[in-house]
Amino acid sequence: MSEEEVRSQESEVRIKRRTVLGQIAFAVMAGPIGIAEAQHVHAAAAADAHVAGGIYKPKAFTQHEFDTLRKLSEIIVPGASKGGTAEFVDVLASANPELLAIFTGGLAWLDDAMKRTYKAAFLAAKPEEQTAMLDQIAYKRNETPELAAGIRFFVWARRMAVDGYYTSAAGIKEIGYMGNKGMKEFHVPQEAIDYAVRRSGLG
Amino acid sequence: MFQITRSPQVADVVIIGSGAGGGTATKVLADLGINVTLLEAGPMLHPETDFKEHKWPYDYPHRGSGDGGASYFGRGRDFGWFSAHAGGWHLEGEPYTVAEGSKFQWFRSRILGGRTNHYGRISLRYADYDLKPYSRDGIGTDWPISYEDIAPYYDKAEGFIGVTGSKEGIRSAPDGVFQRCPPPRVHEVLIKRASDKLGIPCIPARLAVITQPTNGRPACHYCGQCGRGCISAANYCSAQVQVFPAMKTGRVNLINNAMARELITDSEGKVTAVSYVDKLTRTEHQIRCRSVVLAASCCESTRLMLNSKSTRFPNGLGNSSGIIGRNLTDNTGLGLGGRIPALEGMARHDSDGMGGAHLYMPWWLWDKKTEFPRGYHIEIGGGYGMPGIGSFTGLANRMEGYGDPLKKAIYEDYGTHVSFAGRGEMIPNADTYCEIDPNVVDKWGIPVLKFHFKWTDAELKQVEHMEQTFADLIQAMGGSVTRSTRPTEQKISTGGEIIHEVGAIRMGDDPKTSALNKYCQSHEVKNLFVADAAPFVSNPDKNPTLTIVALAWRTSEYLAEEMRKGNV
Repeated sequence: MSEEEVRSQESEVRIKRRTVLGQIAFAVMAGPIGIAEAQHVHAAAAADAHVAGGIYKPKAFTQHEFDTLRKLSEIIVPGASKGGTAEFVDVLASANPELLAIFTGGLAWLDDAMKRTYKAAFLAAKPEEQTAMLDQIAYKRNETPELAAGIRFFVWARRMAVDGYYTSAAGIKEIGYMGNKGMKEFHVPQEAIDYAVRRSGLG
Repeated sequence: MFQITRSPQVADVVIIGSGAGGGTATKVLADLGINVTLLEAGPMLHPETDFKEHKWPYDYPHRGSGDGGASYFGRGRDFGWFSAHAGGWHLEGEPYTVAEGSKFQWFRSRILGGRTNHYGRISLRYADYDLKPYSRDGIGTDWPISYEDIAPYYDKAEGFIGVTGSKEGIRSAPDGVFQRCPPPRVHEVLIKRASDKLGIPCIPARLAVITQPTNGRPACHYCGQCGRGCISAANYCSAQVQVFPAMKTGRVNLINNAMARELITDSEGKVTAVSYVDKLTRTEHQIRCRSVVLAASCCESTRLMLNSKSTRFPNGLGNSSGIIGRNLTDNTGLGLGGRIPALEGMARHDSDGMGGAHLYMPWWLWDKKTEFPRGYHIEIGGGYGMPGIGSFTGLANRMEGYGDPLKKAIYEDYGTHVSFAGRGEMIPNADTYCEIDPNVVDKWGIPVLKFHFKWTDAELKQVEHMEQTFADLIQAMGGSVTRSTRPTEQKISTGGEIIHEVGAIRMGDDPKTSALNKYCQSHEVKNLFVADAAPFVSNPDKNPTLTIVALAWRTSEYLAEEMRKGNV
């Protein structure tokens, strides 16, 4: 698809979503908003994010860097690839040389350290070798002159994996956020109140 | 040749600024049959496309971190990607300066509706004693009006914009015209019980959110996203609630992207025209007028008056007293959070509700002896918020590691935190003021403001008391508190950070010590009125917006009557 076609398709989806939002605004004006309508908005909004579809082609990273980042993110936050975490970092890095340097540098450090110890790049190494390396760089207490750069990078890798996952539809569902809905009356479940009050000693 | 476009017609009233004050003046004057020209320095507001209500982080490839992940590098939008403000602490090409040794930050929102697009909607009446601080404790200055003068306008303001709350009979938090407040969330139930234990009143929130259909606006749908702007206008935003309906009268001439430069006066000292820059075309315009309502925000209105110099007014328009710019204050602020184990493992549920807490604590020691002269109220936070960029960064950094243990920790931690924030009264002091910086102009060539700011012992002792109260509350809920060991001077908010600037064009009965009379009319320029927070004589422990609306309403009615009588 040409860039223009992509853009026109994106704008079509946007217009559709806007129409739905317009209907919602109308529905709200006309009376209490139903959960079904609210969900409709969310489904339409979600469609925006996936308009491109197909296999993701990295914009900022080489294919090898991207695959390594994807694997690393998946180990840090199992499920992260479902949440498009590596794509998220790639999109940001494509517009931010500072972020790109943090990640290309960090991923190169990781491959280099893996090759020194295990004679294999991160992706090619065995799962137990991958985690053995992460067990070193995932904790500040392990800091040595040799590991310092890896530990600093891991803070970034973890931060972005966590953000990427928990801002995705999959991550938001998993953590159990149940809001962003329209409703007529706001209720608080009595059993939740009872549970917390009992445990607080403020009963 | 430099050309200025002058309007052929003479506008009855030019209102400068479309926030809480300007929006109210527009509505009230248009309803009274007066034609108004409304100048707004920002663009038109299009709620359906501008507001990010109901959006998910994943609706944006950057997930809310901004293009290129700006927020990771401290370059993101103030208050986050989703906020409705269209402004921030720093505007490109529109600087301000801060005197050496001072810290101050100035939030401006350049869009129709101004800061009412994103504000917290907290709507608290000033108490009777708030308006007479000097009479009460010998500090500060009394207002030229009393609670009885403003109460009818609080009634009108609350009735029209819609405010939640309940009748409580607490002197520090006068009751008003309230709509039903939704029930407290689970963490709020715990906070209420902890407050009861400590003898602190904890009452239904007073928010400018409607819970019943009001003036054609539908009731709140409880998505918790007031700060993003409400497309259906179930909260108060002056653009949607006042300006748009007023435009339907046909009596409002709205001019967007109009940056006011100067108020032009005649030899008698009356304002005859408002000069402004059309930001889009960089052209100069003048609107001739019978009167002006200045509502550009406390500091922006101050800047405009100080910049409007003439032979008759060499210190700035209506500033023979030299008082304009003085007595600037913000509210104090300090926050503390804690983790509440009682909330761990609770069954997940939708806790969005209104976009703000459903309870708050008014000042409760107003009749007790304290080590500091003035009080504060407490705002609370917590619940299962929509996850966003950075929601779990702190936890992940503390936990370290990776994999399932990290995920488990995040799952268990989510929704178990509460936070407290105090907002207290700052007393005007001689070291806190703003003035024109003669060396710096903005990109339109308008001289900018220079801020001087200092907290005194009265504020520092007050926020120490806040912090102790918050720690006591968290402990009473069974939570643990980690208090910062930094000195109080570093824990208290920065001047301007609470965005409750008031007082720099204060009102009073004596023209030597005030710029405006009790109707917020200039002592010296009879067709000039100020309808934002600049006229406030003190800055009580209540967010100023409701009082801005009430006073702007009162001033507008007065102006209409003076026009009818031919006095203006």
